[in-house]
Amino acid sequence: MAQPAPFVFFGCIELRELLGLRARDERELLEQLERAPLGSVYYHTHSVFLRHHQVTGAYPNDFANWVAFQVRDQVLGERLAVVDPFAFGSLEALREELVSVIDDHIATLHPVPRVVFGDPFFFVQSHVIEVPTGMEAQSLGEFRQCLAEVDASSIYFHALESRIRRGHPHGDFAEWIDRALGLSPLAEEIARINPYLGGLEEIRLRMLRLLDAVLGREAAAGGE
Amino acid sequence: MGNSVLGIDAYREVAPKGTIDFLLRLAERARGRRFLHVNSTRYGGGVAEILTRLVPIMGELGIKADWEVIEGDPEFFATTKAFHNALQGTEQVFTEAMLEHYLEVNRANAERLRPAGDLVLIHDPQPAAMIEARPPEGKWVWRCHIDLSTPQRRAWAFLRRHVLRYNAAVFSLPAFAQQLPLPQFLVYPSIDPLAEKNRRMTKGEIAKILANLQIPDDKPILLQVSRFDRFKDPIGVINAYRLVKRDHDVRLVLAGGGAADDPEGAQVLAEVREAAGRDPDVYVLDLPSNAHLQINALQRSATIVIQKSTREGFGLTVAEAMWKGKPVIGGATGGITVQILYGVTGYTVNSVEGCAYRIRHLLSNPALMRKMGEAGREHVRRNFLVTRHLRDYLSLLVHLTA
Repeated sequence: MAQPAPFVFFGCIELRELLGLRARDERELLEQLERAPLGSVYYHTHSVFLRHHQVTGAYPNDFANWVAFQVRDQVLGERLAVVDPFAFGSLEALREELVSVIDDHIATLHPVPRVVFGDPFFFVQSHVIEVPTGMEAQSLGEFRQCLAEVDASSIYFHALESRIRRGHPHGDFAEWIDRALGLSPLAEEIARINPYLGGLEEIRLRMLRLLDAVLGREAAAGGE
Repeated sequence: MGNSVLGIDAYREVAPKGTIDFLLRLAERARGRRFLHVNSTRYGGGVAEILTRLVPIMGELGIKADWEVIEGDPEFFATTKAFHNALQGTEQVFTEAMLEHYLEVNRANAERLRPAGDLVLIHDPQPAAMIEARPPEGKWVWRCHIDLSTPQRRAWAFLRRHVLRYNAAVFSLPAFAQQLPLPQFLVYPSIDPLAEKNRRMTKGEIAKILANLQIPDDKPILLQVSRFDRFKDPIGVINAYRLVKRDHDVRLVLAGGGAADDPEGAQVLAEVREAAGRDPDVYVLDLPSNAHLQINALQRSATIVIQKSTREGFGLTVAEAMWKGKPVIGGATGGITVQILYGVTGYTVNSVEGCAYRIRHLLSNPALMRKMGEAGREHVRRNFLVTRHLRDYLSLLVHLTA
């Protein structure tokens, strides 16, 4: 029987591009959000996981952080923070939801909250550059070993970047486990891990638990 | 060992785990490409300090990295100094003769250096007009290290004509970016953890330097390191200290330099000395620009480091202090807000009273200070070390020359 194609782990870094769009109040935020390229929507809602390795008490997207901490509008901050990018099929749909939340919030506010002492919101997009890690796995055991050691940016690249920007709706990890190893139930469980609920290390931890459970069952079956 | 011979492996013990191997693999993607830096000085200033370290390391990683320095006469550098001030918002006068001489010196340097490469990174305004002599091949990027958020219109309009001919520009903060029809990238500056200003020091070394500076270590030290410049608000720091002093027996050290060759700096220094009066617990130190080890020792001796600027470019003294495990209280301006994670590595403040309140709060919570110091060091390790700067420049090289 032919060996399955190995899983090749890539890490990544992002080069940040300033778009020259900025907002000083919540209406400008809405208007610029409507105009901004989807790459910028992605950056402000996803790349935050790549940038924040520490628990800072911050919200998981830049829009929520800006209105909460710079404009000091806690209500809109909370409403934007709870928008789960994972729940939308496309970045366009995610953008529409964010615009709708802001629009609904400012509809009854006069004047529209604006930044007074804080910084404006600057729209950014990133160019993700993939970097080989030198790690690859042929079996589930090897995959588990690599996953435990690999740089967090690798988890970002294969679990988030691949889903949203490289057209792999279940993420690279789940697709390989399904296609190369034929472990569909495990692949489905991995695909269901919501990256937005705990960050990159939480994804790693949950995946390791799932892998250990399967490897443990295989070992037990082999020992019988 | 001299700093210049330190290679990439020397950073393994200070950079985040895996960083150096990651850089080696990233550099593989650009191996053999020519990366030329051009600036206006080989020694002195943050740009030269970083290039001194980055260029040899890039070579070690297989990049054909070079660094050229332009030459100019005093008139040229007087004009570029005026550019520097005008671009940072101070009104200056430019004559046609000054602008023509600036262009002439750039042309002469372009003729002498014939800059070329897969990527040519031109640092700051001094050599910016060399773009007029660019060869057809290679990408040219203008790297702006200065605060361009409120430039004097005429100076920027003149420079902008040249910037438009670049393939891209790089700024240190989003607020510095301009309306330009070319890609603008964000690259934060960095500190070198192995340089004299930031390297490890023994307790003996620190004690000796403090003794030489005649600063006793029997009380908690509040420290601000900065040029004597009104935007650094040294008087505000003294006023905050006085509010703190009612409840805590502390010592304040204001350490800076540049007063010798800067008339305004000398004036501010005099005002600071007058404000300090005869308070025996306020120390005002006018240090030479190469007092790196003294600054290092002071930062390591401090209990809390303050950077209470009312306007700031990036303010790398914040990263320097956090690298030494100190909580930092900084003015909510410029790059200080990027470096301080509020409530995690320190606090940003907006007034003398806010500064005093946070100092008192921290002095009453030693455990919190320790925790913030540790968090600050890790924040710097990930975001503001020269290894991250190297990664960003390599990314630029890979991205633009793919």
